[in-house]
Amino acid sequence: MTKCLILSMEEWAEKKNKKKIVVEKINLKIGEFTCVEPISLINTFNAAVLGSWLDSSEITIETIPFEGKCSKCNRLFFPKKENGYKSPCCNFNLEEIISGRELKIASIDFKEK
Amino acid sequence: MHLPISDKIELNILHQNSHQAEKNKVKFNNYNLLCLNIMSSPGAGKTKLLEITLEDLSKKFQSAVLEGDMTTNLDAARLEKLNIPVVPITTGRACHLDANMVSGGLKLLEKKINPDLLDILLVENVGNLVCPAEFEIGEHFKVALLSITEGEDKPLKYPIMFREADLILITKVDLLPHLNFDIKELKSNIASTNPKADVIEISSITKSGFDLWQDWISKKILKFKNNFID
Repeated sequence: MTKCLILSMEEWAEKKNKKKIVVEKINLKIGEFTCVEPISLINTFNAAVLGSWLDSSEITIETIPFEGKCSKCNRLFFPKKENGYKSPCCNFNLEEIISGRELKIASIDFKEK
Repeated sequence: MHLPISDKIELNILHQNSHQAEKNKVKFNNYNLLCLNIMSSPGAGKTKLLEITLEDLSKKFQSAVLEGDMTTNLDAARLEKLNIPVVPITTGRACHLDANMVSGGLKLLEKKINPDLLDILLVENVGNLVCPAEFEIGEHFKVALLSITEGEDKPLKYPIMFREADLILITKVDLLPHLNFDIKELKSNIASTNPKADVIEISSITKSGFDLWQDWISKKILKFKNNFID
């Protein structure tokens, strides 16, 4: 995942002329229902970019809640592992996921040299 | 220095992989080749499943395998004995196959056989219940194996894998009489995580469930071929 993030940054920077910019913050949106542990992503990113053009960049992560929709009554709910991800209103299995699968670079804060 | 600029890009971190996966899928479709991504934890029985499956499947359909492993070609060597095209993909330190690796594997496969002659490509992913679930490879369907020795709670503990799967094979069910295992609880946990998944109980020892699994594959191949032949 860290490699994918760095490759995405490289791709973005090529369009901006990498040598003329300094990236201050990479603002991510990471869903709760993904395989990404935010602190691990930050740590591995910081280790991977040491000495590179992204060395001084900071990662910020906005966690997007895991939210589902009850397929019986259409109410939104926050699925819990302890409850088998079932809707608390009707005890229905989770069919529709509204949010929580996001793995996004929301925005990049940078300065031109 | 100028004032800071915020570039709001809303870009999927995995977009490069997704882009390559789409290219792989276009290739599979052009070859009229159904691709299954077979995933599980290490030791759930993926390779054994393929060994038994391909013995019968190869009589009806032209099959090939991309065999993902971190450090050895041991599984690929087992499958090569079935006289089908097998391409090992050694991932090194990576714990999953990604779309680029599969693209490379497909290029090697093209040197072994004209993929136009194939009906199905089975991709055995690296044993891992976490990362393979997030990385598309261009597959048409995802198949997840879960052996009963792993415990009833795994669909809840590794929900992404089991949520993403089109088919879940419960393996090693011949061991049920010897274990304190509640298969109803497992099925309930699967239904909670992924109510839409097909579920088949299977044993590589007694061969129970293989008829259903082979039937599932055959139907998918025929449906796929009909859609693309028309």
